[in-house]
Amino acid sequence: MSAPRLLEIAGLKVHFKTDDGWVRAVDGVDIGVDAGETLCVVGESGCGKTVTAKTILKLIDMPPGRIVAGSITWQGRDLVPMTGAQMRAIRTKQIGFIFQEPMTSLNPVYTVGEQIAEAVRMHEGLSRRAAMDRAAEMLSLVHIPNAARRVHDYPHQFSGGMRQRVMIAMALSCNPKLIIADEPTTALDVTIQAQILDLMNEMKEKLGTAILLITHAMGVVAETAQRVVVMYAGKVVEEAPVGPLFATPRHPYTQGLIRSIPRLDLAATEHKRLEAIPGTVPSLLDPPPGCRFAARCRFAQAECRSAEPPLRELATGHKVACHFAESIAA
Amino acid sequence: MTQYLIRRLLIAIPSLLGISVILFTVLALAPGDPFEELATNPAIPPEVRQQLRASLGMDDPIHIRYFSWLAAMLRGEWGYSFVSRIPVDDLILQRLPTTIAVIGASQVLALCIALPVGVYSATRPYSIFDQIANTLAFIGFSLPTFFTGLLFILFFSIYLDWLPFVYNANINATGWKWWWEQIRQSIMPVAVLGLFQGAAWTRYVRSAVLDVIRLDHVTTARAKGLPESRITMRHVVRNAMIPVVTLVALQMPAVFGGAIVTEQIFRVPGIGSLLISAILANDTPVIMAVTFVLSALVIFFNLVADILYGWLDPRISYR
Repeated sequence: MSAPRLLEIAGLKVHFKTDDGWVRAVDGVDIGVDAGETLCVVGESGCGKTVTAKTILKLIDMPPGRIVAGSITWQGRDLVPMTGAQMRAIRTKQIGFIFQEPMTSLNPVYTVGEQIAEAVRMHEGLSRRAAMDRAAEMLSLVHIPNAARRVHDYPHQFSGGMRQRVMIAMALSCNPKLIIADEPTTALDVTIQAQILDLMNEMKEKLGTAILLITHAMGVVAETAQRVVVMYAGKVVEEAPVGPLFATPRHPYTQGLIRSIPRLDLAATEHKRLEAIPGTVPSLLDPPPGCRFAARCRFAQAECRSAEPPLRELATGHKVACHFAESIAA
Repeated sequence: MTQYLIRRLLIAIPSLLGISVILFTVLALAPGDPFEELATNPAIPPEVRQQLRASLGMDDPIHIRYFSWLAAMLRGEWGYSFVSRIPVDDLILQRLPTTIAVIGASQVLALCIALPVGVYSATRPYSIFDQIANTLAFIGFSLPTFFTGLLFILFFSIYLDWLPFVYNANINATGWKWWWEQIRQSIMPVAVLGLFQGAAWTRYVRSAVLDVIRLDHVTTARAKGLPESRITMRHVVRNAMIPVVTLVALQMPAVFGGAIVTEQIFRVPGIGSLLISAILANDTPVIMAVTFVLSALVIFFNLVADILYGWLDPRISYR
């Protein structure tokens, strides 16, 4: 890890006010992203990964959301206390964001060129013409054919995959150092998913942009990540480089996730049911004491239900939050 | 686009014919006879009345009467009022400026209230401003105009004696004094109608903006680093205007039709009061012409709404 830290999230807690009380969607999360790397954050629905991603650019609704504690250090500056104007100067210019739903993430009443150019004009002070030229350039960079003509098309004239390319072009338009992609392939069908992931990898190589990729698909993780952070119920449970994570997952939850990946080779010979993790994510309204995974963990002991396991480093770069990480190796 | 327009205008012809048939039949079947007064007048012998009826073609079967009416309309002859013997088109043109001025001003007032208040409330839902605006809007469109109209007259004309409560179409003054009187007598009808319409539209604008403000593309705009004001104006209001424009365009025939009740209360000599007096007097040519003009306007503004819609929303194509 010689590359400098771009982004350092430390002890981040984001809570949401509801009629029933405060939901602790993100409850003490530490994530670091180095320049030029791809970091994947995985976890099932409702584990707080999207909230974490959106909080970095303060795109969550506040209220009801609130950053209760922690810091988000971007190139040495904490984003948490920043004013709206300071945040605006960072959005897209320094950190780009790609959303989950390409079908609804573009404004239907403006051409895609106008929507890309809007960000460029805002941040780089280019003229309308120059900004439109940049938009066309960005579209051809993300392999949209006839880019010079298609800048004048409206979003409804693009397919889902093409719209996600437009979103990527938009996120890259001001040459940011980091792109946060919140499940960019979830809404797309499988062949398009692969194309979009390839495109993101290519952009990373070409432009040196770091990527923080939020996903729930372990396949996506294996294909793109250098490092992986596994989240469960608003907390980080394991963090490791991608190789060790798949080879020697230490946390029972990570092990469960990996076992639940459908495998064509096994299914054909053994006719086994796909393994799933029993139970559901606990309510974040009033999370149980101790390890939040204890209720679903087959190794759980009394200690797990009373004391919360800290995130500790087992090997270089491999951290786990489990009391019995050493004894339960897969 | 031109092709689309031509096709829409061609489609309008059968609709107008259908409407005219229905209007004509309903009026023909309606009880009442413009010659009732002649029947009770001892100075006019029954034969004269019969001759009058025959000369006007009133004893012909209904379909013959309809076709002669249609032929006359196509020649641009709108007929004469039974009551005043004034050509119907002159009557309408006489009343139209007043109606357009008073009702048009009230619609402009309604928009001037509804747009800013609705947008501001929606961007701060459940804030104090929103709660107050919502309550007032609710009261505003719950109170019928005949009630608020009388309330206004009672307060501003009788109690405070600030404003005249009978609209005078022939003001004896010139220059700025004429304008001053005109404005003074227009304030109450314009306010009554405008506040009522504005209240309803405020709620409509608010909900349209609220629908858009939750959409993903607004978050995208925020992620681009745009200032809130620009997000609201360009990415929220622009999109929210699509349904609002339709609603307002479809409301436009009402501007020409006049607000019948309000015109009656303030004695505004507009199209609405023309229609009412014509109905009371069984003045069929006037009723027919006014209602027909109104339905033509409805069709026309439907077309305008569709064109505006397509201009605001590129997803709609004219095919």
